[in-house]
Amino acid sequence: MSDTVSLVVNGEERIVDVEGRTLLVHALRDGLGLTGAHIGCDTSQCGACTVLLDGHAVKSCTVLAHQAEGREITTIEGLAQNGDMHPLQRAFVQHHGLQCGFCTPGMILTAADLLSRDASPSDDAIRHALRGNLCRCTGYQGIVESIRAVGGSA
Amino acid sequence: MIPAPTRYARATDVDHALELLGEPDAKAIAGGQSLIPVMKLRVARPALVVDISRLELRGIEERADAVHIGPLTTWSELASTGLPAGLQAIPECARGIGDLQIRNLGTIGGSVVHADPASDMPAVLLALGARLAVRSADGVRELAVSDLLLGPFTTSLGAQELVTDVVVPVPSAGSGSAYASVEHPASGFALVGAAALAGPEGETVALTGVGATPFVLDGDPATAIRDAEIYGDRFASEEYRRELAGVLVERALARARNHAKGDR
Repeated sequence: MSDTVSLVVNGEERIVDVEGRTLLVHALRDGLGLTGAHIGCDTSQCGACTVLLDGHAVKSCTVLAHQAEGREITTIEGLAQNGDMHPLQRAFVQHHGLQCGFCTPGMILTAADLLSRDASPSDDAIRHALRGNLCRCTGYQGIVESIRAVGGSA
Repeated sequence: MIPAPTRYARATDVDHALELLGEPDAKAIAGGQSLIPVMKLRVARPALVVDISRLELRGIEERADAVHIGPLTTWSELASTGLPAGLQAIPECARGIGDLQIRNLGTIGGSVVHADPASDMPAVLLALGARLAVRSADGVRELAVSDLLLGPFTTSLGAQELVTDVVVPVPSAGSGSAYASVEHPASGFALVGAAALAGPEGETVALTGVGATPFVLDGDPATAIRDAEIYGDRFASEEYRRELAGVLVERALARARNHAKGDR
């Protein structure tokens, strides 16, 4: 039942063995060793597995690996450039945007999608965008402040 | 959780998709935001998933006196596309559906044929009098959204039929529409949602989240809500939903009338 699909992950073409039922998150984690996409629930609700698919945030647990064939996928591992953290990653460190860190990759990639459409979102817009990302430690305030710091509307 | 074993096939055009759907227990997948969660719970165990997401059934086009929405158009696209005056309810509703990730993949066609009794957009489509074009090997038939929705997760669509167009009539000049809902805080689905169209020809209101399918309220909304068959569950009692329906219909109507006057 196994096939191979070709995915473009963080700018590199990668071939991975999948079944028809394989979810993108499993192809990334188990097939390619990219464990930054976390699995926090079984029900497509927590957003910890968020990646960018052609630049748009999606829950990689709710996409079949086959559906992503040939598409550009960005995971948290692909965000830093030449060893320099992405501005969102730096802001999450500076503004206490994380505690345990489990939800953080999803938070940052969702924020990256938001900022690509709205360079200086209001706090309301930030909170609306984070509706599909659950954090069980920080209470969101530090996360909103981190994103606001990059968005530059503070 | 991992879905039950299934095979995957990518349709190259509508005819190919219809042919693939001829296999027993085949299921079409578009954005997957309704189907994949139920596959993960193993409530759905299709033998074959037919990926229609790369078909050219996407985009919004105004032709003659109607807006044609490709069924693969995502909520994100609907939320950010300018539509003719009077159709404000569509982007308004799309912006509040699910969450950002779901809106990036979830499609209007997929949502309508999933027929979740609490989904938002069907109420809007009912209030606006939308129709669907449906393709099968026999050709194209057209039906009203109300004729598609038969019950919870149940439609009049055949196994080898695909929605190929969502046709929304442009309301006459001086019309406005709106959508108001109160959501379940965790799932985001509507406890009650109300869509309203107000204009020179009168007012139409539709409800979702309160019964087996979304439906249009006949006649005076307050009387229709009093007489409607409304269900209760552990999240919201029948009495609460009925009360909320009255409030949300008023809110949706007020905003639709304001939109009709040209207020944004």
